Amino acid sequence: MSGKTLSTGQVENVHKKSTSGVLLSIAAWIVGLLFVSPVLWMILTSFHSETDAAKNPPAFGAPLTLDGYRSFFDAGPWPPLINSVTASVVSTLLVLLLAFPAAYALSIRPVKKWSDVLFFLLSTKFLPVVAGLLPIYLFAKKVGMLDNIWLLILFYTVMNLPIAIWMLRSFLAEVPVEMLEAAEVDGAGLVLTLRKVVAPVVMPGLASAALICFIFSWNELLFARVLTGTVSQTAPVYLTGFVTSQGLFLAQVCAASLVVSLPVLVAGFAAQDKLVQGLSMGAVR
Amino acid sequence: MTTTPTKGAGVAETEKRSNLQRSGDWARRMPLLPAMVLVFLVTQLPFLFTIGASFMNWNAYYPDERRFNGGANFKTVLTDPAARKAIWVTVLLTAAVVLISLFLGLIIALLLDRKFFGQGIVRTMMITPFLVVPVAAALLWKHALYNPEYGLFNGMLTKLFGENAPQPDWISEHPMWAVIFAIVWQWTPFMMLILLAGLQSRPMDVVEAAKIDGASSWQIFRSMTLPHLRPYMELSGLLGTIYVVQNFDHVFTITGGGLGTANLPYYIYTTFYTGQDYGLASAAGVVVVILTIIVSTVALRTVFSIFREEQR
Repeated sequence: MSGKTLSTGQVENVHKKSTSGVLLSIAAWIVGLLFVSPVLWMILTSFHSETDAAKNPPAFGAPLTLDGYRSFFDAGPWPPLINSVTASVVSTLLVLLLAFPAAYALSIRPVKKWSDVLFFLLSTKFLPVVAGLLPIYLFAKKVGMLDNIWLLILFYTVMNLPIAIWMLRSFLAEVPVEMLEAAEVDGAGLVLTLRKVVAPVVMPGLASAALICFIFSWNELLFARVLTGTVSQTAPVYLTGFVTSQGLFLAQVCAASLVVSLPVLVAGFAAQDKLVQGLSMGAVR
Repeated sequence: MTTTPTKGAGVAETEKRSNLQRSGDWARRMPLLPAMVLVFLVTQLPFLFTIGASFMNWNAYYPDERRFNGGANFKTVLTDPAARKAIWVTVLLTAAVVLISLFLGLIIALLLDRKFFGQGIVRTMMITPFLVVPVAAALLWKHALYNPEYGLFNGMLTKLFGENAPQPDWISEHPMWAVIFAIVWQWTPFMMLILLAGLQSRPMDVVEAAKIDGASSWQIFRSMTLPHLRPYMELSGLLGTIYVVQNFDHVFTITGGGLGTANLPYYIYTTFYTGQDYGLASAAGVVVVILTIIVSTVALRTVFSIFREEQR
């Protein structure tokens, strides 16, 4: 090494960098493929016949069929799927409706001690939901709301409210005060101000909040299992009851899991950048 | 500790906006009220009820014996082998999942924070596990991957090593690890996403300057990248802890709480749902809350103080 001229050393350095760069890129691809492979396997298996799905070694090239999907949809999954859509969509809308004014009152026209309110909201997320399971169950039983989708909607709304308020607040805090003042001086009404000044800044935040609230309510299992029965059970609850001990069911289970995950997969892929904002409650953009 | 700068900034912000604040206090509180009332009614009130119930002998099967019993439920939670085991499992499960997925997430974020062919595709592939519904993911791992007869893991072993390949029963031989890895698979993308966002917010001009000054990649990583990433690691670790402590789906689906994998949420679920022991379930609920608070403050702080010392 010492005998070489400086320029050769530099050339060698660049060369070394590019080979290690290629290796790192290959490593990234391998890791990515490893992480996605269970999902790819799930997709492939869902299109196999039950006999092919249960083969060892795995029959990667087995003929494709829709039998798994057929038996899943023949088992009557629509009521739970519709319940899931209702619970997550309605609760998400309610969250946004309640969180937006609340975030407004914590940023643009802040109440006194607004930071205490924010930390109180965060602390409710530290309270594991399971600690509230019994009282909510007993309350529902008493007022006759067990197996009622509206109880689940109410619970999901409150479960996601603190996250949504945190997130929307972090966006609202960026609304330029000067513009708000100017709008006020010009005599613009509240609606006009909201539409022209606030909305452009907050729309991405609303989208992230909606995405994350939708995913969390769609995924929820514990409360749905305890609070719902045959009428209002959601898709995740339905999935847990889907596995039977008799016969082969792997292709069916894969088809069912894929169908139930599809809304979250589509929403998540479509809004990848929103996912980070949402998951970090607006702390990371 | 962390609230001081926020409050300081808050005061400045409030002053800055003071000419906007001419309306009365109540007018300002109104938009906040519906949300706060709901949050209080649905999260705080039930928890107060849980604290009350935790001091009672209350089993729905024996409604006549409902009475105050002091700390007997807490004594049971802390001495009953099943309950103690559940506490230990919760700590182990949460610590293992959060640390492993944070570590993997960091490495993968570093790998993805470079320009290379197919960067976007690999990122999308990495996110996919997080977007599978948890119950569905748990079913997938249990039946399509771990199953000793037709699961993909043993299938690949047969494919690679022939007829006589070992065919372990993953779940019964390593129940804890089976649950841990199924959850790690879902949470690594979460950690990776937040850390990647952190990496991409690095001031690159400083890094470039360090490179020109002849700093090695390792030096840059240790003295510039890691300190910059610390808040992001704290954030993702904290959020991960909050969610993983509460994990129910994977334990319920993969082992059904058997083989020594029942964590506190699962224990509470069975005590309350199957055993109908409302008092004991409530006491266990109070313990989870205390545990969450301890884990998310003390443990994380310790991890990061180690981190800080290593950097010196």
